[in-house]
Amino acid sequence: METIDALNVCYYDLNSLIDNSIETDNNDITLKNVFGQRYIGRGLPKKAKLKIYGTPGNDMAAYMDGAEIEVFGNSQDAVGNTMNYGKIVIHGNCGDTLGYAMRGGEIYVEGNVGYRVGIHMKEYKEMKPVIVIGGKAGDFLGEYMAGGVIILLGLNLVKGEDVIGRFCGTGMHGGVIYLNGSPDEYKFGKEIVKSVDVTDEDILFLREHINFYKKMFNKQLDNLKIEVFSKYVAVNKNPYLNMYCTY
Amino acid sequence: MSLDFNTPDFEVIRNGNRCIQCKVCVHQCANAVHFYDEEYDVVCVDDSKCVNCHRCVTLCPTKALVIRKYPLEFRENFNWHGKAIKEIYKQSQTGGVLLSSMGNPEPFPIYWDKMLLNASQVTNPSIDPLREPMETKVVIGRKPERLKFDANGKLLTKMPLNIELKVPVMFSAMSYGSISRNAHESLARAAEELGIFYNTGEGGLSKDFYKYGKNTIVQVASGRFGVHKEYLNAGAAIEIKIGQGAKPGIGGHLPGKKVGEDVSATRMIPVGSDAISPAPHHDIYSIEDLRQLIFSLKEATGYKKPVFVKIAAVHNSAAIASGVVRAGADAIVVDGFRGGTGAAPTRVRNNVGIPIELALAAIDQRLREEGIRNYCSLIVAGSIRNSSDVVKAIALGADAVYIGSAAVIALGCHMCHSCSTGKCNWGIATQYPELVKRLNPDIMYKRLVNLISAWNNEIQELLGGMGINAIESLRGNRLMLRGVDLNEKELEVLGIKYAGE
Repeated sequence: METIDALNVCYYDLNSLIDNSIETDNNDITLKNVFGQRYIGRGLPKKAKLKIYGTPGNDMAAYMDGAEIEVFGNSQDAVGNTMNYGKIVIHGNCGDTLGYAMRGGEIYVEGNVGYRVGIHMKEYKEMKPVIVIGGKAGDFLGEYMAGGVIILLGLNLVKGEDVIGRFCGTGMHGGVIYLNGSPDEYKFGKEIVKSVDVTDEDILFLREHINFYKKMFNKQLDNLKIEVFSKYVAVNKNPYLNMYCTY
Repeated sequence: MSLDFNTPDFEVIRNGNRCIQCKVCVHQCANAVHFYDEEYDVVCVDDSKCVNCHRCVTLCPTKALVIRKYPLEFRENFNWHGKAIKEIYKQSQTGGVLLSSMGNPEPFPIYWDKMLLNASQVTNPSIDPLREPMETKVVIGRKPERLKFDANGKLLTKMPLNIELKVPVMFSAMSYGSISRNAHESLARAAEELGIFYNTGEGGLSKDFYKYGKNTIVQVASGRFGVHKEYLNAGAAIEIKIGQGAKPGIGGHLPGKKVGEDVSATRMIPVGSDAISPAPHHDIYSIEDLRQLIFSLKEATGYKKPVFVKIAAVHNSAAIASGVVRAGADAIVVDGFRGGTGAAPTRVRNNVGIPIELALAAIDQRLREEGIRNYCSLIVAGSIRNSSDVVKAIALGADAVYIGSAAVIALGCHMCHSCSTGKCNWGIATQYPELVKRLNPDIMYKRLVNLISAWNNEIQELLGGMGINAIESLRGNRLMLRGVDLNEKELEVLGIKYAGE
């Protein structure tokens, strides 16, 4: 168990300290007083386990390759950017572009997230990324989404508030988004459609991830009914097939 | 379905006296222009499908075939010429956005052809490269302000990350998906033998090609296809693609039909799924954000790889380039409006961006004025056609050039501008196995080696003629250039004098 005090340490040095710790096989690392340092956990392998106290900066867990990160605080933009494998749990809110081009692994956010979350998420064979968000998301959720799953629990919404912003699923050509409730149609892009085909598998998948959310964030969620969730998928995986004529 | 107004672009002429009905043309044409009529036992032709790729002409054993421009003319009209009319027929029939391949073919000025190189006469001797040492090696990356040595002459300055090219020419980004596996392998092997670099493009990299890593530049574009830690560390440098000369400001789109098993594996997306690259990187909305991506890549690779940033040549390139340098790029790549592409909307390709010669001159000038030229190498692309274009680019201020179209022409491309159909008869811009196997990398990589070796000899001849024995001494030496057929503004932007001055 290694503890690093990040106070007044710049990201370059902080990340080097983390690397050094992992090189000496001290894989359980606690970071204290984190204050906006970027790239924490970038590219880290499976054995690493980070606990972060404070507010990690942009691009946390970029290209991450299997590590586990738990953040006790909020996170900034582009968490899990182009992430390959691993697990992130954030006890707080997150900024924009969470999970940009993420290809594998799981991210759990206790609270709300910003714009363009899950943009261009993709999946490949057994790699299937999952983002679970406790609260609501900003505009362009799942833009260009090509694979993976986003789940929005919509907890603690103020009356009249929606679980998503506008332009949800614009350019989507793969993957699944589960939302608590069914927001108005005008909030979605033309490439995404509500699926009537909610299977037992979907219910199981949702239950499994909601249970993990409850456990991690120590919540009861007795009023959360899986039956009211809606499933959204891409209209098709070749959305611009007929847009062009070769010349 | 209304009447098809389109008429053929080309006419296939078969010389009946020479044709032996061997059906080679039938087997070779993926567009099914040639077909065999069993009833009459004769090989026939459908002109309307011909793209003029010369495959049948080249392989016909009796040289019985000729392709010509289709001799049908519209009534002469300078404004409503045949091309403009045909585009309207095409769009009114399909409702589609016109899609083109290869670089801008419109008759805009080609400034390379309006600049002439100097040579030594009497006052300073020219050099004979065949018998005297001549250096064409260049080093790409940040250069220190000054060098410090200790009393024993040992270098004290920590040298920044640099990569070395034996010839100032590299193969530009062409993704696996837009071109075939065999084309990629040819580029990789040629780069290795030549001591230069090829670029993966944005389609990821097959594990089979990791062995060429020290001659590979791996690209990161907005779709982040096949980008992971191992990939980033697989090459000698990383290139962030912001823009491309053929389609500045727009993203990429590899249709699902080109995403087969192999392409799916390198891009890490499901088979048959469209590979869509958004127009911007959605984590980059500013120079500060670009800096964030540059350093996230450096962090992910332990600061062991130089990071290039590729932009298209556009109106404010000089100011943008200054920002890119300050964002921490080790090299900036500028792609001119004639740069090639596997597919781009025709209107964008033909009307967006500026000539590379003007962008290069403006950027080099701006970076020198700001005192930051040494922070970053300058690589230019966007139709470098031959060794004299290379030499002129370097005299205007470039460190090195990228070639794409010239490289695929060396591999057999006949510039039929039909890459987007995916039916390249030469096995370059296609994923059909039966077409890909026509390109034998064992043979074709040597053509690339031949081309660059020949250019290297020519570059040395031109340098020697100017009395210069190292290409580094030519960089930004605009006194070696003179303009012809240029107006004063053009001379001012290029920073060169008129011939005779």
